[in-house]
Amino acid sequence: MSPLLDVSGLTKRYGGVTANADIVFDVNEGEIVGIIGPNGAGKSTLFDLITGFQQPDGGRVLLDGHDITGLRPDRISRLGVARTFQKLKPFIDLTVTENVIVGALAHTSDMKTARDRALESLAFVDLLEKRNNFARELSTGQRKRLILMDEVTGGVDQRSIVGLIALVLELKQRGVTVVMIEHNMQVIMRLADRILALHAGRPIAFGAPEQVRSEPAVVDAYLGTVTDAA
Amino acid sequence: MSGSRTDMLKTARAEPLWPRPPLWVSALGAAALALLIAYPFIFTTSFSQHLMILILLYALMAQSWNVVAGLSGQISLGQAIFFGIGAYSSTVLFAKYGVTPWVGLMVGMLLSALAAVAIGVPTLRLRGHYFAIATLLIGSSVQIVFQRWDWVGAASGLYVPIERASPWFYLQFHTSKVPYYYLALGAVAIGYLVVWKLRRSRLGFRLQALRDEPDAAASLGIAIARHKVLAFMISAAMMSVAGTFYAQYVLVLDPERLFSAEISIIVLLMTVLGGSGTLWGPALGAAILVPLSEYSRIWFGGTGRTIDLILYGILILLVCMWRPSGILSLLEERIRRRAEMP
Repeated sequence: MSPLLDVSGLTKRYGGVTANADIVFDVNEGEIVGIIGPNGAGKSTLFDLITGFQQPDGGRVLLDGHDITGLRPDRISRLGVARTFQKLKPFIDLTVTENVIVGALAHTSDMKTARDRALESLAFVDLLEKRNNFARELSTGQRKRLILMDEVTGGVDQRSIVGLIALVLELKQRGVTVVMIEHNMQVIMRLADRILALHAGRPIAFGAPEQVRSEPAVVDAYLGTVTDAA
Repeated sequence: MSGSRTDMLKTARAEPLWPRPPLWVSALGAAALALLIAYPFIFTTSFSQHLMILILLYALMAQSWNVVAGLSGQISLGQAIFFGIGAYSSTVLFAKYGVTPWVGLMVGMLLSALAAVAIGVPTLRLRGHYFAIATLLIGSSVQIVFQRWDWVGAASGLYVPIERASPWFYLQFHTSKVPYYYLALGAVAIGYLVVWKLRRSRLGFRLQALRDEPDAAASLGIAIARHKVLAFMISAAMMSVAGTFYAQYVLVLDPERLFSAEISIIVLLMTVLGGSGTLWGPALGAAILVPLSEYSRIWFGGTGRTIDLILYGILILLVCMWRPSGILSLLEERIRRRAEMP
């Protein structure tokens, strides 16, 4: 079976700076893949390239075997790829329910149907109580095949992190495939089936969590090498 | 846990899709509507009727700006283009070919929507202020073209030929302003109904989403550029209706006035004052600024010609300082808050 997401040779340069160099990894259906790396390693850029918000300078992105490299973000979204943003981007002048309605309207033009679906999604993420509040902070948990999460635990208190982990596992149980950028090592070790480690735009390890964690290149990237220290 | 969750989901689903306005708001609305319908019989002087016709006309024009700027977040500074196209379409068709202004009205709407596509497709892909700058400059260019275009009267403009028979066919009323009043009221009613529907539709939700966060909207599958152009087309067609009406009302077409940047800016000021993005904000803004302008002209005469603009400026300054979301938002916030209370 071919992987759901297949990334090969993905490269992005800004002038002389290479943000992503020859990134290769794949994600199987129903799998959770974590992406780790120090700040500036190119994690968010990688998401932008996969979801069409930025154009790669080289490489390919295959979804279900179909080439989606360089398509417009809205096209890629309609193919079933959702993403969250590191910086939350709620529609601030809409209520929580209305925010989710915008997503639900991708599948229906009937407002009542969209509202009911939105309410189901809100129940799923336990946000029903806040449904009529204006959205100031909300990340949408819309049902998709593949969801790319950019640091969903960033700025979230410890108690909510437990809820988020449960949410991601529930998504997985429903057959949603997840790629997540995550700084919190405990979270990523717990959730990810495989981990891709980036450093300075380059992939330095890709495999099972235990294996990636003990990879010398990964340890070096986070702690610095002995020669650096000397 | 899941038990209370399903209960709450049931309650939430039973809630009305759109919250009903509180009784006092409905009552106020009904009273305002009754007053609007009876207005020409209560206020019978030519000036008071003229004043209300202008308020209605500007309420429509401001709403047109509100669709593109308030709903989809694209600041257009070229709305006068469509005002002029509307006025010229009906007048040229009537003066040169004897076509009824009713047809001219539709042709104007169509041409304006096409012009919106021509302007919007290259400029609406740009983010930030480029669209505002582009529409401002294109607006001046269009004015210059009409001022030099002999076929449409160049700088001296056009006159709508006077017809005293069949006023409803020729859309000219020479004995009374009352028909103009009801025509304007009808146009405003239709225009506001369209926007009311739009705000509750899929398109309306998508426009508000891409206004607030274009990236997030795109990530939800919304084709940003196409939706912006669509909003601009609706806005242009609406402005065009106001242009045709204005031509039939004053019967003189002056390109200097029709395509002036002042018109583009005044509809912006009205909407921002009343409440950009709201349904009734544009009407409220027009109801405040039109009388202000008319009365200041009466009080100060020719010497006070620009006094109204100074007053506009002061008002806008105050709104930006104390209430950037417009006067109406005070009211809307109260309604929302009350609705939330159990």
